Parts: sequence; structure tokens; C-alpha cells
Amino acid sequence: MNEVFIFWPIIIDGTLTTIKLTLASGVVALIISFTVGLARLSRHWVVRAIATIYLEFFRGTSAIVQMFFMYFVLPLLGVFLPALMAGIVACGFNLGAYGSEVVRASVQSVGREQREAAKALNYTNFQLYRYVLIPQAIPVMIPSFGNLVIELLKLTAVASLITISDLTFMSQIIRVQTALTLEPLILIMVIYFILSSILVSGTKWLERYFSAGRNIHKSGGN
Amino acid sequence: MEWDWNVVASVTPSLLKGLIVTVQATIVGAVLAYVLGLVIAILKMSGNKAVAFITYWSSEFIRRTPLLVQLYFLFYVLPDFGIFLSPFVAGVIGLGLHFSTYTSEVYRAGIENVPKGQWEAARSLNYSAYHTWRFVILPQAIPPMFPPLANYLITMFKETPLLSAITVVELFNAANIYSNSHYKYLEPMTLVGLFFLLVSIPAAMIALKIENKYKPLN
Repeated sequence: MNEVFIFWPIIIDGTLTTIKLTLASGVVALIISFTVGLARLSRHWVVRAIATIYLEFFRGTSAIVQMFFMYFVLPLLGVFLPALMAGIVACGFNLGAYGSEVVRASVQSVGREQREAAKALNYTNFQLYRYVLIPQAIPVMIPSFGNLVIELLKLTAVASLITISDLTFMSQIIRVQTALTLEPLILIMVIYFILSSILVSGTKWLERYFSAGRNIHKSGGN
Repeated sequence: MEWDWNVVASVTPSLLKGLIVTVQATIVGAVLAYVLGLVIAILKMSGNKAVAFITYWSSEFIRRTPLLVQLYFLFYVLPDFGIFLSPFVAGVIGLGLHFSTYTSEVYRAGIENVPKGQWEAARSLNYSAYHTWRFVILPQAIPPMFPPLANYLITMFKETPLLSAITVVELFNAANIYSNSHYKYLEPMTLVGLFFLLVSIPAAMIALKIENKYKPLN
């Protein structure tokens, strides 16, 4: 194990890269989730169609294929993304597609009478979403977003395959350098586990924060 | 960069071979995930606190760490302990094990979502444990499990390219090998994406049908 700990600087580097990648692509994914999710509810069929194509494309293909496409194929088409950027964009776009479904379903789950009330009060469409639907949909979104953010953290491991020096990439370096296999892999698995556990408790906290004083109807149950 | 149909013609046969491996890995992995998931779900609900605790945290450990790292683990670490798995077998085990932690949650939720009153009714009718499960609980618990289980099948299909990292020549790796030796990236990668869409969009439509069919009654 000591042979592995000699490599602690690159392990810390890798951990930081993984965190950076997760946070940056998380922001991208969140923006896309809301944009695409709300676009799927648009009154205009063109907007809905574009959002649906986006969703089916990014949800229907593999994240690793998307990542390789952005890193190896886009330069051939004249778009040059550095590896880290390609990783952020691919992870964010992929998770954003899944997140958009969460946003759409949560907004749709808000009771019909809420829409009718807003209509009765002569709210504009913007006001309806901004003040009525979205605030009530957010507590419903949090648990699903919590699951997605763990998926995102795990997805960043794939970015090691396009030469991003994240935690997984570093473990491979240590494995090749020391010929040890068990120790570096167990070590990074524990780090991943700690990182996701932090995300899990963060989500639980957000869940409590947003549901304080609200009566949220969960599907299923008694 | 021009789209070259000759490249398409020369890469397609190996992509189709890869697609077969992808489908095989998905099916074997899914069967494993469904069976193992059931075992995990039962152990998690075990009356023995220690068993339930250990099962819960081991499955959380698997669920909270990346599949890619688990595949490396199976592929690089096990041989050190004298266990030699072919890349395909290691990949399928990794895939099945990883997703069994997801399917176990589906089973658990399915059972827990059967209203308490149903258990009480069975008890007041003096049903045996077997009769309670067989005629009251499972008939209500199983149908809502189908849609999420079908969706995980699609998810697993899209995760199989990770097996390329441990040298399994599935669809994605077949394209990658061709790309690296011919220095053509546009056509093979685009085709891989297209192949995935060709399988996953119809699959998603079927899953949606299943979902509508087994929608829980509110």
C-alpha cells in the first residue's frame, strides 16, 4: 500500500479533476434540463420537436460514444474542444437529456387546479411557470436529480478514456507504474464512494430544505 | 472532411459483428442483473439485521462507484488471485453486478408499494405466508416492476461500450479499432451512434408501451 501512497499528489489531482468535471458538467446539465424540459411543454410544435430530437439523440446513444464523437470527430468538422471541455460537454449534454425528463415530469405533476387558478388570476404564461408551476415542481425534482448527480459522478470516470486525467485515469497510471492492481483500484473506489455519499447527503439535505412546510404528494405508497 | 461511403461499406461488416456481441452482453448481463437483484432485494429485507445491513451497504458501494472502475477491478485484480475471466465474462459480470443494485431497488419498491391494508387483509383472512405472497402481494407487486426493469435493459445496452475498456470487441470497440488503423473517425463513430439509435429508440417505444400497460392504478 505504501507504494501507492507515494502517488498521493496525482491521486489528489485526479480527485480534484473528477470534482471539477462533475461540478462543471452538473451546471451544464442543469441548464439543459430546464431548457429542454420546459421546451418539451411548449405550445409550439417546432420547439417541442427540437427538444424531443435532442432528448432521443442524447438518451438513445451511449455517453462514451458521444464523448468520443466530441473528442475525435468534431475536430475533423473544424470544432476543436480540449479534452476537458469535450468531457464536460459530453457529460453535461448526456445527463441534461435525462434531467429534462425529470423537469418535464415534475412540472406536469403539479395539480391541474394550480394551472386553472393561475389562469383565473389572469397570469401570463411566464408568470404561470415562474410563480406557480416551477416552485411547486422543484421539491418533486430533487430526489431524481440526486440520483442523476451520482450517475454524473460515475459518468466522469468514462472521461478518463479520452485522456482526461481524472481519478480513474490516475489509477491506471499507478497500476502501470507499480504493477499493483488491488490497491489503486480499491483506493479510488473508496474515494468515489465518499464523493457520492457526500452528494447523497447533500441531496437529502436539499430535499428536507425544499419540502419544509410543504405537503408533497409522492406517487405510490399508501 | 467528406463523408466517404467506401468507408461505410468497409466498416459495416465488423460493426454488425460488434453489434451482436453488444446484444449478447446486454442480454446475459440483464439476466444476471435481474436474478442477482432479486437476491439482493430479499437479503436487504431480511429479518436478520446484520445481513440486511451488510447487503445494503455493499450494494450501495457498488451503486455509488463507477462501472468502469468495477470492470477494471474484475479484469485486472481477479487474475492476481488466480481467477482468470475472459474479457467478455468479466464484462458481463460487471454489468450484471452493477445493475443488480438498481434492479434490487425496483423489486423492493414494488413490494413496499403494496398497501399495508393488503397485508392486514391477508392476515385477517388467516392466509399462510405462502398464500399471502402468492395470491395477494406478488400479483400486485410484480406488474409495476416491468416498466423500470425494461428501462434498465435499455440503460444496460447503452453501457456496454464500457466493455471496450477491457478489450471486449463490441460495437463501439469494433469502430474504434477500425478508426485507429484506418485513421477514419467520422463514418465509424457516426455509424455507431446510428446503430445505437436504431436499437434504443424502438426499444424505448416498446418500454413506453409496457409502461402504459402496467401503469399503477391511482
